[in-house]
Amino acid sequence: MPKGKRPLSPHLQVYRPQLTSTLSIFHRITGVALFAGMALLVTWLLAAGAGPGPFAVAQGLLGSWFGMVVLLGFSFALFFHLCNGVRHLVWDAGWGFELPQVYASGWAVVVVSVLLTGAAWAYGLTMMGGGS
Amino acid sequence: MSPGSAPPPGSAPQGAGHWWVQRLTAIALVPLTIWFVPSMAMLAGKSHGAVVAWLGAPLNAMLMASLLAVTFTHLWLGLESIIEDYVHAGRRHIGTMIAMKIAVAGMALASFFAVAKIAFGG
Repeated sequence: MPKGKRPLSPHLQVYRPQLTSTLSIFHRITGVALFAGMALLVTWLLAAGAGPGPFAVAQGLLGSWFGMVVLLGFSFALFFHLCNGVRHLVWDAGWGFELPQVYASGWAVVVVSVLLTGAAWAYGLTMMGGGS
Repeated sequence: MSPGSAPPPGSAPQGAGHWWVQRLTAIALVPLTIWFVPSMAMLAGKSHGAVVAWLGAPLNAMLMASLLAVTFTHLWLGLESIIEDYVHAGRRHIGTMIAMKIAVAGMALASFFAVAKIAFGG
């Protein structure tokens, strides 16, 4: 049989999505998203170094509704990757491998990431309201 | 490995180093991220002068440079693993790998330059 036309074994689509597999791939997706987030941070730092004019342009873009949506995604991706990364480090140390623990830590990661994102934005928006 | 088969591609001695550095940078990023996010939230909407004054303070400049160095190392290793897994061997694999490394190294250098410029008041 020609090399490109061999039958393929069943792949991911035959399995019901589960919290475990979803969080696993989401860790990689958020990792790649954070690459884009770092590009934003680098741009912001370069703008700050370049002077008040370029910095005002960068702040204006980040402060627009579109910029805020991107920053919301960046911050959630960062918190998710942080929390799930800690979960991975705990596993690396050999703890938390029982199935109920794996699900409990998985849901904890989801809830804590959302709470931390909310807390960071509440703090940031309060500081913005404070002026200067 | 079955008798008579070729050894698998890839470097055996480098795998453990990759794994360790990925974990060590992950551990270092926990406190650095806890410093970074509130700092950025605090700077939201601030003037250029306020941001430059904050980043020009030695402690903040050092923590920012550390965060950048550790993050870009972690990012380099993470993206390497992802490309290893999803971009099949061949020209595209090598091309994607090189493009990623140029992008990450370029971002790292640009960010260090920006922080140094602000920290040394240039």
